[in-house]
Amino acid sequence: MSEKKRSKKKIMTAAVVTAFVLVTLWLLQCLLVPKYASAVVEGNLIAEYYKEEKDHDVLFIGDCEVYENFVPAVLWENYGINSYIRGSAQQLIWQSYYLLEDALRYEKPDVVVFNVLSMQYNEPQREAYNRMSLEGMKWSMSKVNAIKASMTEEEHFLDYVFPILRYHSRITELTGEDVKYLFSRPQVSYNGYYMRVDSKPAENVPDGRKLSNYRFGDNAYDYLDRITQLCADNDIELILVKAPSLYPYWYEEWEEQMEEYAAEHGLKYINFLELIGECGLDFSTDTYDAGLHLNLWGAIKITDYLGEVLRRDCGLEDRRGQEHLAEVWEQKLEDYYAEIARQKELYGVK
Amino acid sequence: MDENIMETLLEILSDLHPDVDFETCDTLIDDKILDSFDIVSLISEINNEWDVTVPADKIDPQYFNSAEALCGLIEELLED
Amino acid sequence: MLFTSYEFMIFVLVTAVLYYLVPKRFQWCLLLAADYVFYAIAGAAYLPFILITTISAYLAGMKLRSMKRRQEQYLAEHKAQMNREEKKAYKAVEKKKQWRWLLLTLLLNLGILAVLKYTNFTIANINSLLHTFGSGGRISPVDFVLPLGISFYTFQTLGYIIDVYRGKYEAETHFFKFALFVSFFPQLVQGPISRFDALSKSLFAEHRFDAVTVSRGLQRILWGYFKKMVIADRMLVAVNALIQNPDTYQGAYVFAGMLFYALELYADFTGGIDITIGIAEMLGIRVAENFHRPYFSKNIKEYWNRWHITMGTWFTDYIFYPISVCQPMLNLSKFSRKHLGDALGKRVPVYLSSFVVWFTTGIWHGASWNFIVWGLGNFVVIMISQELEPLYRRFHGRFPQAKEKWGFRAFQVLRTVLLMSSLRMFDCYRDVPLTFRMFGTMFTRWNWGEMFRGGLMGLGLAGKDYFILLAGLVILIVVSLLQRTGGVRERIAAKPVWIRTFVWYGLFLAVLLFGAYGVGYDASQFIYNQF
Repeated sequence: MSEKKRSKKKIMTAAVVTAFVLVTLWLLQCLLVPKYASAVVEGNLIAEYYKEEKDHDVLFIGDCEVYENFVPAVLWENYGINSYIRGSAQQLIWQSYYLLEDALRYEKPDVVVFNVLSMQYNEPQREAYNRMSLEGMKWSMSKVNAIKASMTEEEHFLDYVFPILRYHSRITELTGEDVKYLFSRPQVSYNGYYMRVDSKPAENVPDGRKLSNYRFGDNAYDYLDRITQLCADNDIELILVKAPSLYPYWYEEWEEQMEEYAAEHGLKYINFLELIGECGLDFSTDTYDAGLHLNLWGAIKITDYLGEVLRRDCGLEDRRGQEHLAEVWEQKLEDYYAEIARQKELYGVK
Repeated sequence: MDENIMETLLEILSDLHPDVDFETCDTLIDDKILDSFDIVSLISEINNEWDVTVPADKIDPQYFNSAEALCGLIEELLED
Repeated sequence: MLFTSYEFMIFVLVTAVLYYLVPKRFQWCLLLAADYVFYAIAGAAYLPFILITTISAYLAGMKLRSMKRRQEQYLAEHKAQMNREEKKAYKAVEKKKQWRWLLLTLLLNLGILAVLKYTNFTIANINSLLHTFGSGGRISPVDFVLPLGISFYTFQTLGYIIDVYRGKYEAETHFFKFALFVSFFPQLVQGPISRFDALSKSLFAEHRFDAVTVSRGLQRILWGYFKKMVIADRMLVAVNALIQNPDTYQGAYVFAGMLFYALELYADFTGGIDITIGIAEMLGIRVAENFHRPYFSKNIKEYWNRWHITMGTWFTDYIFYPISVCQPMLNLSKFSRKHLGDALGKRVPVYLSSFVVWFTTGIWHGASWNFIVWGLGNFVVIMISQELEPLYRRFHGRFPQAKEKWGFRAFQVLRTVLLMSSLRMFDCYRDVPLTFRMFGTMFTRWNWGEMFRGGLMGLGLAGKDYFILLAGLVILIVVSLLQRTGGVRERIAAKPVWIRTFVWYGLFLAVLLFGAYGVGYDASQFIYNQF
C-alpha cells in the first residue's frame, strides 16, 4: 500500500469509529432518558407545545394549578377561544417567565394567564421538578437562562446539555416503555391540560402553618415584574389568577400582596378561592385528590367562568367559524372525548 | 581493590542472605535483594568492622548495587 | 475541584489542548499558569502557603548551590597547599554552614505544616489531660486553613532541598521552573511525591504532539476513572453506612466493612494516581509510579514497598536512613551489642528508626490517635514478621517447593490483605477504643446468617450494585494478573482496530453508565485529599 492509501485508510477508520461512537451514545441517551409515558406524565407537558400549530389567543403559564384546573377544550367549545397551557409541575416563576419568552418566539397571544402560587418560591427548589419543567424546552437562550436560574446546588449545566450524564444510572432500571418510546413520546395532555375524571372528596383540609415572613421574595417579585413587562412590551394582556386549590394553603397576607400588585400595575387578578360558590364548585365531587387539584368536572366549571371573562372583558372573538382552526379542533375534541370515555371506564365514573 | 576488605565484606553479606551470590550480583538494590533493613544492618556491621560511618547521602544504588561498589565505598571512606 | 467533577475534566482538557497549541518553549509556562489557576480555584487562601514553601526552598537551594560551588573552587585553588587534615577540617566547617541553611528551611516548612495540621490535635490532647487531672481549664481549638495537598508538596519540596544539600544534584536556578516542580497540578491533590531529578527533565522539556502518547495517557486516565467512579465511589456508600453506625453493624459486618474498605481505598487511591499519571503522560511528562499491585505482596514489608511507593521511599531516604546510620545510633548499636549480645544488639538501630518512621507515617496521614496507632500497628506487624524470619526460612528449607505452589501464594496474598485491612480499621472508626471493640465483635458476634439474608441490602447498595462491584473486582484482578507479564495497554494496542474500539469504548461506557456520579450519589472527596 502506498503512503497515501494508508493514510486514507486511517482517516476512514477514524471516521467510522467516531461515527459509531457518536451514534451509539446518542441512542443510549434516547434509551436512558425517562419517557414519562405511563407514570409522572407531567414530564412530557413542556415538550408537547412544540408539536402545536402556534396561533393561540391565550397562553397559560404556571404550575399544576394551571395544567390541572383549566381546560382549553372548554374554552374552544363554549367560547371559540384557542388556548394552550405551558404548565409543568412546581413550575417556578422564573421558569414561567422563560417559558413565556420561549413561546413568544413562535407566536403572540392576546392574553397570558399566570397562576400566582409560585410567588411563594424565591429560590431553586427540587432537581426532579426542574428537570420536568426545563428538559422539554427546545434549545434557545431562554432555555439556557431558565436552567441557570433554576439549578440547585447539586446540579450541573452539563447534565442538561447531555441528559445521559443525569440519567446514566437508569441503565439498571430500563423497562419495555424505554424501548417503545425511544424516538417519540405518547401524547399525554389536551393542549397542556392534564385530565382526571375521578373524584376524591376534600375532607379536613389543614390550615396553613404559621410562617415567619409572609412577604414574597425579591427574586419572585423581580420575575413577576419581568413577566408584566414582557407582556406590556408585546401588547399582551396579563391576567393573574389563583386557582381554587384548597391546599397548598393560600394565606391572607399573600392575597393582599397580589391584590396590591395587580392594582398597582393595572392587571386583572382573579382569585378563584373567592369564587367557589359562584362557580358552583363542590369539593366533595370536583377534586380527584382531596382538594389539591380539580378533576375535569371542577375544571370545566372554573374554565367556563374564565371563558366568560376572556370574552366579555378582554374582547376575545369567537373563532369557531374559522375553517382551518375548526378542523384542527375537531380532531382535538375527538381525542379529548375519547380520553374522557376511557378514564370514565377506568375509574368507574358514570 | 583491597582483597582483605572484600573478603570480610562478602562474609558479612552472606550472613545477611546466605542464598545470594554476592561476588557476581550487581543489582542488589535494583532487584530489591537488599532491603532497607539489610542496608542498615550492613552499615552497622561496616561501622563495627572498619570504624567508618557511611553517611545517609551515600546510601544510593550506585554504592550498594554490588559488593564491589560497596568495597570501593568503604575504601573511599577509609581514606578520608 | 474533585478529579471526578466535570470542572476538573474540562480543566484538564483545556490545559492539554493549550499545551500543544502554544509554542513549545512556553509549554512549561502554560503548565505553571494552569497549576496556579487550579490552586486558586481550590482556595485563594491556600496560595500564600505554597508560595512561602516555593520561595524558601528556592532561596535555600540557590544558597546551597553557591556555597557548594565556592567550596569546590576553594578546594581546587588550594589543592596544593592543603593537607588531608586541613581539607577535612575545611569541608566540615563548610558542611556545618550548609546544614544551618538546610535546617532553617526544614524548620520553616515543617513548622507551617505542623502548625496548620497538628495544632488542634495538640490542643485536644492537652484538654483531655487537663480534664484527667481535674482541671476545668480548656483551650479552644483554632480555625486554620489546611491548604490543599500541603503534606504532599511540603514533602516533595523538602526532599528536593535535602537532595541538594546532600549533593545529589544541583539546585534549580530558574525560579518559575522550580515553582512548577512544587505545584504540578495533577499530583498536587494526592501525590505521588516526586523526586526532582526524576520529574524535572520531562516536566520542563518541550513536547511535540504525538497521537500515541496522548491516547496512552487518555487510556490510563479512563482506567483511573473506572476504578474511582465505578468501584470506589459505589463501594463508599456501603463503607460509610457500616462505619458510621458501629452500634448497628458489628460482627460479620465489621469483617465485610474491612474488606469493603480495602477495595474502596485501593480503587480510589490507585485510580486517582492513574488519573494523575495519565494526565502527565498525555502531556509527555513522566511521573513516578506509586503502586505495584500491592495486594499481591507476600508480606507486609513487601506490601509497603508496593503501596504508596513514593511515600515509602521518602520516609526511608529522608527519615529512616538518616536516623539509623547517624553516629549516636551506631554507638548505641555497638553498646547494645556488647551488653545484649550480637543478635539482639544488631536490631536496635533498625527497630528504633522503624519506630520513628511509623510514628511519623501515622501522624502524617492524619492528626489523630487513630492514625498513630495505625502506624505503630504496622510497625509491630513488620517487627513480628522480621522476628519470625528464621522460622520461615526453616519452613522453606524443609518444603522448598511450597514457594512455587499456587495455594501457598494465595495464602500469602490473603494474609497480606487481611492484615492490612484489619490495621486499616483504625482509619475507619471514630476513635481507637471503638476500633478495638469493633474488632472484638468479629469474634464474639456471629451474625453471618443475618448479614447474608438481606443485611447487606440495607447498606444503601442494591443487589445490582453488588453485582457491578463484583464485576469490577474481577476486572481489577484480571488486569493485575495480566500486568505481571507486561503492559496491558501495549497488548491491546497490538490488536486490530475493532478490538481496540471495543475495549476502550467499552471501558468508557462502563464509566459513563455504571459510574456512581451525579445527582443521587454522594460525591466523595478524595480520601487522600488534604493530607
